Amino acid sequence: MMAVFGGRRRDDNPALPPGQYLTESFPVLSAGPTPSIDTQDWEFFIHTEAAHTHQWTWDQFIALPSEDITADIHCVTSWSKLGAGWRGVALDTLFAGVETGFDFVMAHSYGGYTTNLPLEDLLNGRAWIAYEYDGGEIDPEHGGPARLLVPHLYFWKSAKWIRGLVMQSGDKPGFWEENGYNLHGDPWREERYA
Amino acid sequence: MSRRTNAWLTGSLARAHPLTASARSITFAVPGWPGNDPGHHVDVRLTAPDGYQVVRSYSIASTGTGEEIELAIDRLPDGEVSPFLVDDLELGDTVELRGPLGGWFVWRPEQTQPVQLIAGGSGVVPFIAMTRAHASAGNSIPMQLLYSLRAPCDAFFRDELSQPSATAPTTWHYTRTVPPGWSRSAGRLTVKDLKSETLPPEQVPLTYICGPTGFVETVSRALISLGHAADNIRTERFGGI
Amino acid sequence: MNHLDGNVLAGPGMGLFAFDPTTTQCQCQSCADIATLGQAMVYGQPMGFVARCRYCDNVLVVIVEHAGQKSLNMRGLRWLRVGDEARNDRISAGD
Repeated sequence: MMAVFGGRRRDDNPALPPGQYLTESFPVLSAGPTPSIDTQDWEFFIHTEAAHTHQWTWDQFIALPSEDITADIHCVTSWSKLGAGWRGVALDTLFAGVETGFDFVMAHSYGGYTTNLPLEDLLNGRAWIAYEYDGGEIDPEHGGPARLLVPHLYFWKSAKWIRGLVMQSGDKPGFWEENGYNLHGDPWREERYA
Repeated sequence: MSRRTNAWLTGSLARAHPLTASARSITFAVPGWPGNDPGHHVDVRLTAPDGYQVVRSYSIASTGTGEEIELAIDRLPDGEVSPFLVDDLELGDTVELRGPLGGWFVWRPEQTQPVQLIAGGSGVVPFIAMTRAHASAGNSIPMQLLYSLRAPCDAFFRDELSQPSATAPTTWHYTRTVPPGWSRSAGRLTVKDLKSETLPPEQVPLTYICGPTGFVETVSRALISLGHAADNIRTERFGGI
Repeated sequence: MNHLDGNVLAGPGMGLFAFDPTTTQCQCQSCADIATLGQAMVYGQPMGFVARCRYCDNVLVVIVEHAGQKSLNMRGLRWLRVGDEARNDRISAGD
């Protein structure tokens, strides 16, 4: 009898988008070395077309109203992790005083990584800057001290080591998007590749 | 030799034997395999019935012009591919292969620099091919191997590396458990170990290092601190997924 | 994240190059280091292969493989030079 490579366990779990497999672990995927960022030096910015930059130090950021988030995460490499617990500041809170006519955002990370998103995917309680995972600090290899969290899109959009957002008029591609990945990345529509 | 083909070839398992409690030598018959140099690797692709595919790179333990290639696979506890190759694959089963790959990490008998090989764990596999090629070429260029492993029972190809006809001497180094009567205590390779157990910078050796990322990182840094030029050090890290 | 060596680019580079990319000498656009691609640090698997300069971490080359397609981006290279594969020991950066 031939041995058949089983691949991964494919569950009929309605929480799993098409082509996804369940994992209990938290795989690490990164396009570069893990930057080490001291919260003393950390800052987060939103830069608009008015050349106005909104900035927060770590202490200012931590003082903002935060929320507990329970979310499923879906990696484009086809693992999904259900019910992960985070704490973070909603992008709605950070954008409260920001005026922009642009509809798109480029997220920039410490270490140089970028990813593009439509502004509407970041608002209305669907995206956060997370600074806690599973009740503790976020490990540097998982994006600490703070990462973008956009759980309704594939996880490469949830930029680790987030540094700031730059408003852009068009949907200019970020790092992986420039290299063949989808501009939007909705796991339920399997928007994996361009 | 070693013309690269641009397609996935089909290999069927022709022979297999255990190397350690967690590792297995597997030899594939690969029609169309163009032969390979010592140090080349091969990409192995597996496809599940639902179409899910994975690709992994493995060093080749064999060398030469034949249409068979020998791999030596260590089972990683959380691995996706290695448990299948070590535990499940049966004689006659097929996988897809592309290669030979990666000319940067090969050694060819016509090279003239003395050669130091440094292996961490299953990183010894490409060096098996190199020592085999060195022996069969009757090469007089000095080649020696420093093999770091956790315990004596983790050794791959110990008999082959220890036999009198081996032309590249092996220095064994144990990080957790030493054999009875061993004169040194167990511990990770230090700069001092590397200074005493490897060819010195004055001989301008070409050094090949293969092992887990942390091992390769530590050893290559230590060699540079001992005065070896970065461009005389070739590394092959394996990730462990 | 465990990175790998540029040597792992040989497989994904098949069909993109008429030569073995791992023995190809190239210069980093950012810091001017000259090395072979086999000496680069490779991150990003399994999403893709991101080869970075061994010294300055600049992204040299990105290769993404997916069903029936390959995407190649060589944004961080000033140039690359192809040698004779059989003489790969002669084209190390010390030349």
